[in-house]
Amino acid sequence: MNSVLKDPVGDDARFNLDAAFRDSHVADVIEKLEAELVGLAPVKTRIRDICSLLLVDTLRRQAGLSTEAPSLHMSFTGNPGTGKTTVALRMAEILHHLGYVRKGHMVAVTRDDLVGQYIGHTAPKTREVLKRAMGGVLFIDEAYYLYRPENERDYGQEAIEILLQEMENHRDDLVVILAGYEDRMDRFFRSNPGMSSRIAHHIAFPDYSSEELMAIAQLMLEQMQYMLSPDARSTLREYIERRQKQPHFANARSVRNALDRARLRQASRLFAKRTASLAKRDLMTIEAEDIRASRVFAEPAPVETQREGELQT
Amino acid sequence: MRLTQGTFSFLPDLTDAQISSQIEYCLQRGWALSVEYTEDPHPRNTYWEMYGIPMFDLKDAAGILREVQLCRKTFPNRYIKVNAFDSTRGVESLRLSFLVARPQEEPGFELLREAGPGRQVRYALRSYATRRPEGHRY
Repeated sequence: MNSVLKDPVGDDARFNLDAAFRDSHVADVIEKLEAELVGLAPVKTRIRDICSLLLVDTLRRQAGLSTEAPSLHMSFTGNPGTGKTTVALRMAEILHHLGYVRKGHMVAVTRDDLVGQYIGHTAPKTREVLKRAMGGVLFIDEAYYLYRPENERDYGQEAIEILLQEMENHRDDLVVILAGYEDRMDRFFRSNPGMSSRIAHHIAFPDYSSEELMAIAQLMLEQMQYMLSPDARSTLREYIERRQKQPHFANARSVRNALDRARLRQASRLFAKRTASLAKRDLMTIEAEDIRASRVFAEPAPVETQREGELQT
Repeated sequence: MRLTQGTFSFLPDLTDAQISSQIEYCLQRGWALSVEYTEDPHPRNTYWEMYGIPMFDLKDAAGILREVQLCRKTFPNRYIKVNAFDSTRGVESLRLSFLVARPQEEPGFELLREAGPGRQVRYALRSYATRRPEGHRY
């Protein structure tokens, strides 16, 4: 990086991309991303692309070449529980390490935080949120709720216009990430072409395969310091395969909920024979019966009434 | 007459970049910032008008600097200051306060003498600007 100090930089100056990469500490974040997020290949590829672009831009700047600040507003589309929020958090970290945003915090908002309740309430409310997000990432969850075509007097439109304006004018102050379910986001972008064209990166989050969900379950259990008995492992695989076919399947979130319920059942199983002495191992192990008791295994599959499978027992 | 009030009062007017780094310093300390403006430059006038409410959970100077710029645009010919409040003692106490904008012309202050009983003289200070009603001073 000594060549950087020479001014003006000659045509034959050498630049070391690898050194820049090491200096930015982005590798740590990407590694963490790889370790904590299972699957999501297209997402990871795109993140790596963005990283390379920003790194090359850093070097271009050092070489005295023109660097148009790239527009990094993104939209994350995907089914529930595919890791949109988690990736957004990591994204803020990565952009911070690359020096693209100054602070690297993430402000997560929904429609309620942006749209006001009466005339003249929306603009200050939206600006307030934007001010808070400056220097970081503004994550708008379920962004399609901002636009309500059935009510033409809805204030959501005003929030969208202010957002558009800020996304254009304060490009180096904040990055906006819109997130939501695929079909509804598509409809949202179709009715707001201005929004769609200002977002450079449309990233689709694919559903997880059952293999990936097993890996996710494994990670979650490790974090919670539990483990599955060999029997429980195959039962959980069966559970996931059955659950995937049912409506309102929420990917990793469903798995988390299933594990939480298994913990509940494990606790009551242990409590039922509380006179026996327990080993540390007993406290950690989830048995097949803890998972088997789930309603997912009841035949025939019961009619689903809950939303997103949150209340499934 | 150039008004000198608050921190950095004897320095030349701060540039936006300097204001930004001062704000950054305040944010690093966890202080909340607010923008205020006034037409009454009297040194004892502590009650300036608030331009919006104080900003508590901001992370970056850009948001506050933008508020300053908006305030300058709305009130191009007033005194504008940035205040920083520290809440570590349980109350929002003022830690830093500096001018970020001033009117184009500052007429200065007049010294008033009032004859009291006997040969007593009482002094008062009054800005020439405050002779006119509010909204027409600068």
